Amino acid sequence: MSVLELQDLHVTYRTEGGPVPAVRGVSLTVEAGETVGLAGESGCGKSTIASAVLRLLPRGTKVSGKVLLDGEDVYAMNPGRLRAVRWTSAAIVFQGALQSLNPVRRVGQQIEEAILLHSTQSTAAARVRVGELLERVGLPAARAERYPHELSGGQRQRVLIALALACGPQLLIADEPTTALDVMVQAQVLALLEELQREHGLSLLFITHDLSVLTHTCQRLAVMYAGRIVEEGGSKQVFADPQHPYSRALAAAFPTIGDPLSRMNPQGLAGDPPDPLALAPGCPFAPRCAVAVAECSTLDVALRHAGPGRSAACVHVDGPNV
Amino acid sequence: MTDLQVPRSGRAVAWDRRRASLASVWRSLRNDRLALLGFVVLLLFTLMAFAAPLLSDKSSLSAANTGDNPVWSPPSWEFLFGTDHLGHSVAAQFLWGSRISLFVGLMATLLQVGIGSLVGLTAGFFGGWVDAVLMRITDWFLVIPFLPLAIVLAAVLQRGLWTIILVIGVTSWPSTARLLRAQVLTVRQRLYVDRARSLGAGRIHVMRRHVLPNVTPLILASTTLAVPISILTETTLSFLGLGDPTSTSWGGMLNAAKDNSAISGGRWWAYMPPGLGIVFVVLAVTLFGRALEEILDPRLRER
Amino acid sequence: MRARFLIMKVVGALSTLAFVVVFNFFLFRIVNENTVESMFRGRNLSASQIARLERQFNLDGSKWEQFTAYVNQLLHGNLGVSMKDFRPVTTVVGEALWPTILLVGTSTLLAMTGIFLGFRAGWRRRSRYDVGVTTFSMFTYSMPDAWLSMVFLGLFASGLGLFPTGGLEDSGSNATGLSQILDQAHHMALPAMVLAIAYIGEYTIVARSAMIDTLREDYLQLARAKGLSDANVRRKHAQPNALLPVVSLSALNFGFVLSGAIVVETIFSWPGLGQLTRNAATGPDFPVLQGLFLLFSASLIFANLVADLLYGRIDPRVNGR
Repeated sequence: MSVLELQDLHVTYRTEGGPVPAVRGVSLTVEAGETVGLAGESGCGKSTIASAVLRLLPRGTKVSGKVLLDGEDVYAMNPGRLRAVRWTSAAIVFQGALQSLNPVRRVGQQIEEAILLHSTQSTAAARVRVGELLERVGLPAARAERYPHELSGGQRQRVLIALALACGPQLLIADEPTTALDVMVQAQVLALLEELQREHGLSLLFITHDLSVLTHTCQRLAVMYAGRIVEEGGSKQVFADPQHPYSRALAAAFPTIGDPLSRMNPQGLAGDPPDPLALAPGCPFAPRCAVAVAECSTLDVALRHAGPGRSAACVHVDGPNV
Repeated sequence: MTDLQVPRSGRAVAWDRRRASLASVWRSLRNDRLALLGFVVLLLFTLMAFAAPLLSDKSSLSAANTGDNPVWSPPSWEFLFGTDHLGHSVAAQFLWGSRISLFVGLMATLLQVGIGSLVGLTAGFFGGWVDAVLMRITDWFLVIPFLPLAIVLAAVLQRGLWTIILVIGVTSWPSTARLLRAQVLTVRQRLYVDRARSLGAGRIHVMRRHVLPNVTPLILASTTLAVPISILTETTLSFLGLGDPTSTSWGGMLNAAKDNSAISGGRWWAYMPPGLGIVFVVLAVTLFGRALEEILDPRLRER
Repeated sequence: MRARFLIMKVVGALSTLAFVVVFNFFLFRIVNENTVESMFRGRNLSASQIARLERQFNLDGSKWEQFTAYVNQLLHGNLGVSMKDFRPVTTVVGEALWPTILLVGTSTLLAMTGIFLGFRAGWRRRSRYDVGVTTFSMFTYSMPDAWLSMVFLGLFASGLGLFPTGGLEDSGSNATGLSQILDQAHHMALPAMVLAIAYIGEYTIVARSAMIDTLREDYLQLARAKGLSDANVRRKHAQPNALLPVVSLSALNFGFVLSGAIVVETIFSWPGLGQLTRNAATGPDFPVLQGLFLLFSASLIFANLVADLLYGRIDPRVNGR
């Protein structure tokens, strides 16, 4: 049984301008011990998925489809079960910006809170565990007494990782964990995540817009555009040989350090992502696509098989529909 | 494609834009039913105040003219709000008193917002030691409890209508000053001001074109929200006997009621009308002001 | 580091106090006719009496001499002498101090319950609870203290006879101990309720805004993700943060409550500083007024200091840690 399974997930926010469809039919599976990356520009719906897994979307948001955590539908749980499942089955590593941690509480206490919430340990025992967790992520245990504003960005990120591990979840969802960090710290944090994942046999769903990061950290990769998955497959293959024009553009936008070709040829992608309130018929990427043909503006392409374990939603891929 | 159009002057474009934004403000206000209610109530009271000379004869309130009006008579068809301890019609006092209360409320607010804006804008715009000095003064004023200050000023100066206006204006300006200074600082920090300066725009130009448009809505919103405070303060000061001795505002009516044992004698009609009048006017302005603030305050709009 | 924060705040408060002393002095010298003749109009005074009174009321000599004399007196705890009965101002004020502390203290505590009303209202914006609380706050905010006092007095005291119509205790009562406390409480009930109702709106509205501002913070999302119940997210994460602006504004509000006490005490004949202020204002009794003004300002400065220090205690970002 897979740790996480999204079945045809649709998420529509309720806003003053009208309903905004952020996720339009996403199906994704994460198996035990697997690392899956979710890539895409901001606004494509990937952060929505992170919130959707633990049912953290704002009130009034419409959700259809299934979100199965260990086979249990998160949206069918009663509130008590939901609260018990949160953090123990799956935990989220948020962006370590100053806003993610409560500024008036010490960081140690914030980790303690999670432990005490889901176990019957005494406060003293929880405090010891907090120390262990901090050391595991490379911070001295004494840091627990600090307030968030007293820590550097990298340290805060480590605290968030320690916090996520506190209740021994099977699934870690990392939502842009390294975006706010500089490159050196980024590398350290990524290395830490990989280490922890291997050590505990965790499943990892890594959400980011930085494709190159995913190729190192994840086994499988899914690319999102306008609320849908437009390509899926082994991360190295998708990066090396993208089948969808958008993945191609995304891969080209991030130069590989050490590769002389990409140093000489940085590529951006013109245009903007489509407005979710005004989606045109046909492939949402068509307006920006370099290889669009006449069909593209009328035919809304579904995912098609594009090789062993790969799929892409493009007319130029000739394989049967997934 | 497009026909050749005669280019319109910059000024025409600016006016069009102003008219458009005014229209959108009006539209948003119209949608807020409570704000509309507040506006209508306010309008009614204002009309009533203006129409006082038509509705009632002021001479009926003079001490000499009590005639044979019954003293302390409860509301009846002849005297809608009854009569007071001297036989004067409470309704007439209510009408004439509304003029004072509204007038003082408005004038005091204008004074207060005027001083506050001047101080706030100057401090925010010039910065440096001007800012430091002005802000120290403002903070000092904030710390002085305003009613004792108002009482002391009213006791020390000659009693009169303009004294009250002065007193309220002088004691309430600090919060407006603070607010505006903060907004000016925010606008100044914005990049486009810097860019305008690098293009050679002088300070006055920047002030006029960039700071003022961003600050004016805030001033407007603060004004509407300051009116209730002014009215309530005037009521309190008049109630304490520090108002204009020659005319009676609603607060003065309350004072008279208390002094003449209206409470213990169960003569509620002597103090209910003026009190309720204040409540409704203040409530109306508050509702309207809040709606206006939500629409106009640039900080709130960014949410 | 914390010591430095503390010292700076105290020094700031003292400097503000110094300003107030100077301001207070000159305030009462605005009117040029602040001479003994004008103060004791209509009383025939001999030259020697005038001279003596001038000295007594610190009105002789140049402005500078008067000022130094004033400061000198202050430092010795002497606030001058009442114009009405020539008793020391410190005595007159001292007698009125406790009743006001009792009344204002009780009503402030009651009014502060508005903070929790506001928090819950802000947490669930536009809910029925919110609409109810906001409407209630706006109504009470619009009521003049004077009128509300009169309504309460007329309805509950004179009308229904449930409460006494004024004073601190039943006149001529020799009660002590518990019965005295009960009697005083009975007398305090109405004025305390009026003050509480008049100022609860302020606290409610401020707390609600503070909560609404806090709602957009990301750490609330994290708290929810950890598995905390909605009420606990509000109590343990939102409220402590929303409390910060409420603390600063409470100090400011204290000044308004003090002011409100002036009106309420007058109507309920409560023998406190408020009634004293009113009598001194209409007297006029300038030395008493001057002393009261200084006292009011000093207590507001003190309240601000307490609020600042409290804020420094609960917000670790501010106190230099």
